[in-house]
Amino acid sequence: MRDVVVVGGGLAGYRFAQSLRESGYDGKLTIVCDEEHRPYDRPPLSKQLLAGTYTEEQCALPGDAPEVTWVFGRRAARLDRDLRTLVLDDGAELPYDGLLIATGRRARAWQGNLPARGVHTLRDLADTASFRASIGEDARVVIIGAGFIGCEVAATLRKEGLDVTVVDVAPYPMPVMGAEIGARAARIHESHGVRFRLGRGVSEVQGDDRVTGVLLDSGELLEATVVLIAVGSVPNSEWLGGSGIAMERGVVTCDATCSVLDEDGNVVDGVMAAGDVAAWPHHHGEGAVCIEHWSNARDMADLAARNILLEAEARWPMAELASVPTFWSDQYDVKIKSAGFLRAADRWTIVSEDPEKPSLLVEGHRGDELVGAVAFNMNRSIINYHRALAAPVSG
Amino acid sequence: MKITVDTTLCEVHGDCVVVAPDVFDIGEDDDVVQILNPEPEEGLRAVVTQAAKMCPVAAIRIEG
Repeated sequence: MRDVVVVGGGLAGYRFAQSLRESGYDGKLTIVCDEEHRPYDRPPLSKQLLAGTYTEEQCALPGDAPEVTWVFGRRAARLDRDLRTLVLDDGAELPYDGLLIATGRRARAWQGNLPARGVHTLRDLADTASFRASIGEDARVVIIGAGFIGCEVAATLRKEGLDVTVVDVAPYPMPVMGAEIGARAARIHESHGVRFRLGRGVSEVQGDDRVTGVLLDSGELLEATVVLIAVGSVPNSEWLGGSGIAMERGVVTCDATCSVLDEDGNVVDGVMAAGDVAAWPHHHGEGAVCIEHWSNARDMADLAARNILLEAEARWPMAELASVPTFWSDQYDVKIKSAGFLRAADRWTIVSEDPEKPSLLVEGHRGDELVGAVAFNMNRSIINYHRALAAPVSG
Repeated sequence: MKITVDTTLCEVHGDCVVVAPDVFDIGEDDDVVQILNPEPEEGLRAVVTQAAKMCPVAAIRIEG
């Protein structure tokens, strides 16, 4: 293999390039990136960068810069598997013998009319900069979506004393962690002055030129000078349409070695995938599952770099420890950490709790089987769960 | 082999403890990781190297 092309310049793409060079690969290596920035880390965007405690430069991904040919400001337009060629949006053609699909996801767009100014999403550096710039001293901020981004942004802005209301159709924030944790998370946010409107839909985001308010389906009108839409993300995979690569709801299907599969379930020669755009068969999921965590992008990228130089039958499956999905979220003085595949849980059990500290440890089970755990400010306990949940992955 | 951690970077993610529990530890209330064994034997080089590589904030340094 002498010509490897990486599509996507985020954590997965950059990490793959670093790992591939570390493994001794000395052929051509090209990264196509639709942004104009060198690769950066996204977790600080809703926290340190938004708060102003990090500069954009401090968000750069760490580690030695690999020898790479960068193609900035271009998107993949089409993949021709027969010719082993990637076609870019300016018509340029990049031949490859190895390809990594790492195009990630983008913020889900709002389905409805929006005022021209004052409404934002948050997924990249430019988003954080423009959101920050639109928040004035007396801002009234309405966040639509009480997921992790919505909650992190609420915490960041409340620390500055800004007026923050969070709206979601779900009955509690961060619903992936279940009702018990969600109720406690809501109390923590409320104790810091966040107002919630939960179990409520949004009828309209109002304002002609600039946003003025958010009308709820209850009839209540929330005044707003700035609105953040944080209603999840969608995969950047339209460019793979017609390529014959297997996708489910826009997510690229891989086997447990990060090898991309075609629509017949066969390994596609020379093509791997990693990160938020990809799915692989976790033993607690049904089929291949997309795990949108930082650690999953890291682990898939490292594995794909190890495997891309090998024949399909010689490739390694996801290692046991790497097979455990993990994520973290920092909100106020609470470190939320999770281990395991939480979506599989049908029952949540509180193991310990100290509302004063605050700390919390909750287990998620499917039937009698432990599938995950979530901890607030219990950094040792969650490590024990990570190790306990590690299981062999079949290739 | 000598191990140091940049405590200004460490956010107690714990990946190093998961990978190399003989070398790193985190107590329930710790703000930074503890190095149990700052000069580990050569046999631990592979897991220590992996721990450094896994760290989300690249806080672990290995010298020698």
